[in-house]
Amino acid sequence: MTRSVFMTVLRRDLKLASRRRIDALLPLAFFMVALSLFPLGVGPEPKTLQEIAPGIVWVCALLASMLSVNALFNGDLADGSLEQMLLAPTSSIALAAAKAAAHWLLTGLPLIVATPLAGLMFGMSAPAIAALALGLTLGTPILSLLGTLGAALTLGLRSGGMLLILIVLPLATPALIFGAGAVGMVEAGLSASGHFSLLGALLICSLIGAPVATAAALRISTE
Amino acid sequence: MTAQPLRFFSFAAPSRFYALAGRLLPLFWVMAVVLSAIGLYIGFFVAPTDATQGDAYRIIFIHVPAAWMSMLLYLVMAFWAGIGWAFNARTAAMVARAIAPTGAMFTFLALWTGAFWGKPTWGTYWVWDARITTELILLFLYLGYIALVNAIDDVKRADQAGALLAIVGSVNVPIIYFSVAAVSLKNKSAKISTTAAPKMASTMLAAMLIMTFAFWAYAFAVVFMRTRTLLIERESHTAWVAQVVERKIPG
Amino acid sequence: MSWNSAAEFFAMGGYGLYVWSSYGVTAALMLAEPLLARQRHGQALREAEAQTFTRETE
Repeated sequence: MTRSVFMTVLRRDLKLASRRRIDALLPLAFFMVALSLFPLGVGPEPKTLQEIAPGIVWVCALLASMLSVNALFNGDLADGSLEQMLLAPTSSIALAAAKAAAHWLLTGLPLIVATPLAGLMFGMSAPAIAALALGLTLGTPILSLLGTLGAALTLGLRSGGMLLILIVLPLATPALIFGAGAVGMVEAGLSASGHFSLLGALLICSLIGAPVATAAALRISTE
Repeated sequence: MTAQPLRFFSFAAPSRFYALAGRLLPLFWVMAVVLSAIGLYIGFFVAPTDATQGDAYRIIFIHVPAAWMSMLLYLVMAFWAGIGWAFNARTAAMVARAIAPTGAMFTFLALWTGAFWGKPTWGTYWVWDARITTELILLFLYLGYIALVNAIDDVKRADQAGALLAIVGSVNVPIIYFSVAAVSLKNKSAKISTTAAPKMASTMLAAMLIMTFAFWAYAFAVVFMRTRTLLIERESHTAWVAQVVERKIPG
Repeated sequence: MSWNSAAEFFAMGGYGLYVWSSYGVTAALMLAEPLLARQRHGQALREAEAQTFTRETE
């Protein structure tokens, strides 16, 4: 029962996204544009760019995720389908998990694929790019999960977008620290396995905790 | 036997809490002022000048209490918000909301005084170590809570959403602390040991502890003030508020 | 601890700026906060008064 709710919602969201392909690509476009602002603003000095690259890529990934998570529930809220889904005797936790999964597939996954390009932009070495990609693979689901929670809490609010970012950013800080730190370790020739393990632990905690909290938030926001 | 727990929970009733808080207010203010006076006296006129840090170390008499209060108040806020959510207790929810601005203030003070302690002592206003970073994130958590509850018009939804956010935040704070600590430990970049307070003479410790209690009394006072205000604002349609107001109207 | 003069006290061994900036801002905020709270409380009472009045005179 839970699994079919998850798959139903997930497939529905992906299908809806496929009808608006341009919108679905916006986070990726934002990511690339925001990234390229930094060499322009900071200057093309390769050493500087290499140093700041991990942090900047992570921050831009974070912002891109947050900007697109806003609209996660808006459509369903507007046409009343969200209330229907919550009223139905099915698991709202599964619903929350499906929404996060859809967000990750639509936003997180493209970001991971774009990582090599981002890495080249900043002149990163191949091992560094690999570390960055692995970090983002573990980290973007965390961002999607936390973002979904934030979207549920700020459902329907006028100040939604900015408020969402203010709420979620502190929560996402550990992932940012470990993800960017891992790249730093690899670039320094050290092992980043500790960072990745911790990132993995964060992912597991988010997987367990976030959908539950999101389901609670949805109930709070729609009552 | 059952009278005892009833008596405790009966103070959750808005009118009783309002009256009780009102009676306790002067007590807390007196405590805050007296304890501050004693603490500051000991801190400035009894505690000696530090060998390494000179007189700059005297900032810790407000820095450390502010930091402790900022963390304690967040947990207390999350606790009462949770109680309010779990038991649908209006007064508990109001107490949580009343705590937030004071908690944010103490967090800001901890950062501000910490910066002014850091500059003469270690040469820099700021460093991204575990404690300072966590304190900064704590400030953002407070601000996020305040922003969220203020953005939601429906009072009940605002209280509950705030409770959820506060609880999630409480879980997150230790995670943030350990993540920054773990990373800086690996990088060995934290050359500055910002945890090194001066070797504490007992007078220094005494002053710090007394100031902590002073801040604690202050926090009680301000939080009770705000809770009373929230009670009036939210329960303005009730008979007990009308009575409170009428007592203010002569004749 | 004995300070030889008021000037010495305020100088705080050369760290006067840091010490008094810290204490100054702390004092300012811890005075402003309760004052603001009292102000808001007065406002709430006045508004409740107005509400009660309108109800009674209806």
